[in-house]
Amino acid sequence: MSAHVLRDALVLGERRADILIEDGTITALADSLDAGDAREVDATGLIALPGLVDLHTHLREPGREDAETVLTGTQAAARGGFTCVHAMANTDPVADTAGVVEQVWRLGREHGYCDVQPVGAVTVGLDGTQLAELGAMAESVAKVRMFSDDGKCVSDAVLMRRALEYVKAFGGVIAQHAQEPRLTRGAQMNEGELSGILGLTGWPAVAEEAIVARDVLLSAHVGSRLHVCHVSTRGSVEILRWAKSKGWDVTAEVTPHHLLLTDELVRSYDPIFKVNPPLRSSDDVAAVREGLADGTIDCVATDHAPHPMEDKECEWSAAAFGMLGLETALSVVQLAMVDSAMLSWSDVARVMSTVPAAIGRVEAHGRPLAVGEPANVVLYDSGASRQWRSDDTASLSRNTPYAGRELPGRVVATFLRGRPTVLDGELAEVPV
Amino acid sequence: MIRHLLSSADLSKDDAVLILDTAEELLSVASRPIKKLPTLRGRTVVNLFFEDSTRTRISFEAAAKRLSADVINFSSKGSSVSKGESLKDTALTLQAMGADAVVIRHGSSGAPHRLAHASWINGAIINAGDGSHEHPTQALLDAFTMRRHLGDLDGRRVTIVGDVLHSRVARSNALLLSILGADVTLVAPPTLLPVGVDSWPVQTSYELDGALDKADVVMMLRVQGERMNDAFFPSAREYSRRYGLDTRRMRRLPEHAIVMHPGPMNRGMEITADVADSARSVIVEQVTNGVAVRMAVLYLLLSGSTDAESTEAREEA
Ligand SMILES: [Zn+2]
Repeated sequence: MSAHVLRDALVLGERRADILIEDGTITALADSLDAGDAREVDATGLIALPGLVDLHTHLREPGREDAETVLTGTQAAARGGFTCVHAMANTDPVADTAGVVEQVWRLGREHGYCDVQPVGAVTVGLDGTQLAELGAMAESVAKVRMFSDDGKCVSDAVLMRRALEYVKAFGGVIAQHAQEPRLTRGAQMNEGELSGILGLTGWPAVAEEAIVARDVLLSAHVGSRLHVCHVSTRGSVEILRWAKSKGWDVTAEVTPHHLLLTDELVRSYDPIFKVNPPLRSSDDVAAVREGLADGTIDCVATDHAPHPMEDKECEWSAAAFGMLGLETALSVVQLAMVDSAMLSWSDVARVMSTVPAAIGRVEAHGRPLAVGEPANVVLYDSGASRQWRSDDTASLSRNTPYAGRELPGRVVATFLRGRPTVLDGELAEVPV
Repeated sequence: MIRHLLSSADLSKDDAVLILDTAEELLSVASRPIKKLPTLRGRTVVNLFFEDSTRTRISFEAAAKRLSADVINFSSKGSSVSKGESLKDTALTLQAMGADAVVIRHGSSGAPHRLAHASWINGAIINAGDGSHEHPTQALLDAFTMRRHLGDLDGRRVTIVGDVLHSRVARSNALLLSILGADVTLVAPPTLLPVGVDSWPVQTSYELDGALDKADVVMMLRVQGERMNDAFFPSAREYSRRYGLDTRRMRRLPEHAIVMHPGPMNRGMEITADVADSARSVIVEQVTNGVAVRMAVLYLLLSGSTDAESTEAREEA
């Protein structure tokens, strides 16, 4: 049996309390607890949040173990305060069968740093032609509820309609990577003034918005759940706001990088800033911030996308799309949303834990910090500040866009079912 | 003087004028019986061509040799840049060879920028055309050619016609010519003008005839017929009807106006043969001037760094 008492934590940044964790459960939450021989953790001045849940993580295993493995990815997740991540299906082999999703799920459990909830592919091999066996993945031990061809858009309207309908049978949701493929052939960066100057093929906002518009209408038509991945444009936010005003069952996420970074960074031609959807204009950044603050965008998801250095240390058009995100997510959300007074810490708990857990239908995560609840807790020092270094990571990859930047905050401890995965800011030994 | 030449926008008006004036002096070298100057003896210039362009490579090679530099040609079409070798590894190799300048042609926009800023290599980087970004020495030689015919370019009207969207020549020319005070008009079907062109220091028009009457220069850009497969325009015939330069249109130009083309031409598409070969056409001259302008660029970028080194040496002594 393990027991910890977190002394003097600021629960959701609001009220001071001691939190007693025993056998994976929060057993007491009050002032000056008598904790017996529980291990003392000084949480003075630290914000306690429910363990974070990421709806959009690329763990790369199986297939690209040179970029990331389930072990290193979940270690990075723990260091970022996450207790559950949704592993995207674009692995090799693709997570389009019960066998692959069970393997990924089991690897997460075995390593013990962070629960891994696999996302199943919508179509066989992400090919966009034939539905994968969604039911078999839903019934597997991984209990898949979220399905996505992420990296590729389910662009065929009939296939998208059928997928939305089909997953109603088991409470599933289709997470769409909204990118009209014909409008983005060879696209390299946000289409705007800068793409014209830099001579890089544009990725126009309309290519995202056209799919978001079509999909909210499809979702309403068949009465099923749609989740829009990594919303990046003002137009998408406006369409989602309209869809929600109709009461349609549509949710959306935004990445930390789209909350902070703009396409101006592409002027450097440094592919560390190459990501899909691309970094957008400052007006789009303002719009996704507003959308997250007013609930139009439901949650933050990292789109943590590890790539080996050789895929970034090259010319722009040859480089891979994607950036690391798990370890910097909370800091970036603090910088973009909390320090600008657009979100409170309890809002952060909502958009980074409660709501993503509800969308992904993972029951033991995203629970309130209360007696009787599972002890998935993160302790965060919002007063800290540090210059981010690309080698200060548990990930196998180094493609962080924040190297050299001053970021606020630091994850001090993460508890997964009562067991520390991070303690004093360092990865803990997790007994297998 | 700047350290690298990556974009026309890197140049101040003074820099640009200095390059053009220097090229003017160097052009006289070309008419001497011995076409060589000892200026860059012992310096190494690498031509790094990931994209085939014999014309541009030969022009740079001749320029470097006339300044007595050692020239190494690296090209992906030969065996020296092997397929799959990264830009970084190639750069590290060139660094080990002690390249003082790297002239790079690459299909990816920004590749010269990467070489200049990724700290893989110390030499001066000269952009010899990158993707659909820029081709600044082409713009310099175009400006040089215009200046020889028209004098100071301040207030001169230059009409550039064609596939601006994919053209590095159009970008570099628009920037350089406005730095030099010319009024630039870009003419193209709306599909071949980039998003955001309103913010460029130029006028735009969808219609060619009106942009010819007062032009001092009309520059025709190469348009690839394949663009019609991507629906940029309906057919090659419609394109040449609306945007091609033929004798009838050439007659609208003022008496003194010149016709330019950066080459290679699609005769019958953007320009008819009789226009290309007419007395107004300075297309062949552009090639000759290219060598002088590239000599000036190499000379100014490399002799600048020699000065810096010898100053350092003096200070150490
Ligand atoms: Zn995606």
